[in-house]
Amino acid sequence: MTWHNHRGPVAKLATGIPGFDLIAYGGLPEGRSTLLSGTSGSAKTVFACQYLAEGIRRNEAGVFVTFEESPQAIRKNMEGFNWDIPAWENANKWAFVDVSPHPGQETIISGSYDLNALLVRIENAARKVGAKRMSLDSLGGIFAQLGDSNTVRNELFRIVSALKDLGVTSIITAERTEEYGQVSRYGIEEFVTDNVIILRNGLEQEKRRRTIEILKFRGATHQKGEYPFTVSPNQGVVVIPLSAIELKQKSTDVRIRSGVPELDRMCGGGFFRDSIILLSGATGTGKTLVTTMFIAGGVDSGERCLLFAFEESRDQLFRNATGWGIDFEKMEAAGKLKVVCEYPETGSLEDHLIAMKAVVDEFQPQRIAVDSLSALERVATIKSFREFAIGLTSYIKDKNVAGLFTATSSSLLGGSSVTETHISTITDSIILLRYVEMHGEMRRGVTVLKMRGSTHEKNIREFTIDHKGMHVGKPFRNISGILSGHFMHLPPGEIERLRELFKDDIDVTAAVGGPETSGHPR
Amino acid sequence: MSNYLLKIYVTGQTPRSRRAIDNLRRICEDELRGKYEMHVIDVLERPQLAEDEKILATPTVVKELPIPIRRIIGDLSDADKVLLGLDLQSCQPRSDTASGKERSVDLA
Repeated sequence: MTWHNHRGPVAKLATGIPGFDLIAYGGLPEGRSTLLSGTSGSAKTVFACQYLAEGIRRNEAGVFVTFEESPQAIRKNMEGFNWDIPAWENANKWAFVDVSPHPGQETIISGSYDLNALLVRIENAARKVGAKRMSLDSLGGIFAQLGDSNTVRNELFRIVSALKDLGVTSIITAERTEEYGQVSRYGIEEFVTDNVIILRNGLEQEKRRRTIEILKFRGATHQKGEYPFTVSPNQGVVVIPLSAIELKQKSTDVRIRSGVPELDRMCGGGFFRDSIILLSGATGTGKTLVTTMFIAGGVDSGERCLLFAFEESRDQLFRNATGWGIDFEKMEAAGKLKVVCEYPETGSLEDHLIAMKAVVDEFQPQRIAVDSLSALERVATIKSFREFAIGLTSYIKDKNVAGLFTATSSSLLGGSSVTETHISTITDSIILLRYVEMHGEMRRGVTVLKMRGSTHEKNIREFTIDHKGMHVGKPFRNISGILSGHFMHLPPGEIERLRELFKDDIDVTAAVGGPETSGHPR
Repeated sequence: MSNYLLKIYVTGQTPRSRRAIDNLRRICEDELRGKYEMHVIDVLERPQLAEDEKILATPTVVKELPIPIRRIIGDLSDADKVLLGLDLQSCQPRSDTASGKERSVDLA
């Protein structure tokens, strides 16, 4: 951790829920109760179950007190996450306290009562398994059974207080009626005041976006604000801890080949091994080509390469590569390449991120290409997209591998893309591909806009595409305004005049040994 | 011969527990003399039984026989409600409660 290393006087219990412990600075306040509030369908029950399931993986037994769903329903519903609750029950690691309503049995109230029986049952279950964790889901269910009264409120307050004496760290879920407003229905927050977490499942531009927010941890620190999360079929709740990501990536000065020798020279000797490269250009400028060359360059150097394609199908990609003299099939057969094609619409960005991380973990590539990042823009709000881009880049950087992302700019000439706006600051290198109109002819130009930690060429060079791929040629000398898309052809005399005007600059570049002095092969 | 099987769950020997047991015994003696069987179960001694029977509040009377099974929660100080719960509608002075479907309000 960085300067958030202090964890406060309250000890934390690591939940094991992916990502959550990062934003909670270690986990839930130990020995206390935490209110988990959310609207219907906000994954409260999954979270509550996962909290116990992860506990069992750490050899900490748990008690699940269910007020709404029956234990049978929970056992069944959680099978999808590979949580074998019946097996854990048999192993005496998981115990249910069933407070779900029993249909068909009428209850009549006559006179005063207490909820001692419930407390005794909870204590009994906790003792039976030696519980360290407890989930109560959802506390408000009791009002549906017994009505909302002073008795029920006083008794609930007593039960929640008694949990502390049991030495368990508990999650108490509560239902809320709206995403922003009162913390919970029935004012459950009156009973569980110390720690409050809110799950949201908001609808924004017709898209569902799940977030988790730690509202407060009394006496302990935590990350503030909403963090996106997803419910994945294999892992359950996975929190994407954006600002909790630590800037701890190691830096290297090892260079790798881009697959285009001239491009390596323009970058001052190739990309850095642990860098993120953004490749931006209008449609048809050759982004997929550069991506393909990047992959081929990696395989040539004996690296394992992973390509995520969101625009073209496998067949199209393989055919394109063949057209440039690159045999993807052979590379894949040799285990050096993995191509993953997916429609962006198949899931939310959080789902894509989780899936991509899983593939990276499994394949352990040395370079990763995403073609194109912009295609993912259309399935999400700008906020989600930015979070996704940061999440993905930080993950790749953390792995110390090279990542090449492509971004499509919206206008044919000049312009920039939303993708660029959101991720340009977190990328290490930016390469622009541009159409250049010259005397009624469309040509293509390439330039290295940014190369963190290295000198690079400042020219915009022309490049051509043929059956062998990409060939970078001479700089455009007598044309200006390429980046903005407003071209101006300069007469040779004007170029000379400008050269004289900025003579100092040119001397500096020459002194550094900029590649522009070294001529070009074509 | 007993037609009625009643189980009353209490938590320890509290005044409320004793009050509930006394109230139930009195009503049964008045209305069901010789026709009932009554078991007192202390949840503190039999927590697992309380779990199996899903006892939430104490005191709770479970009328297991005759069917339908019905639960009466509380110290049974409202005798009318108890009679309603025991399906002894004939003793009800009012006719509108014959259905026995309404959920009573907590009196605590």
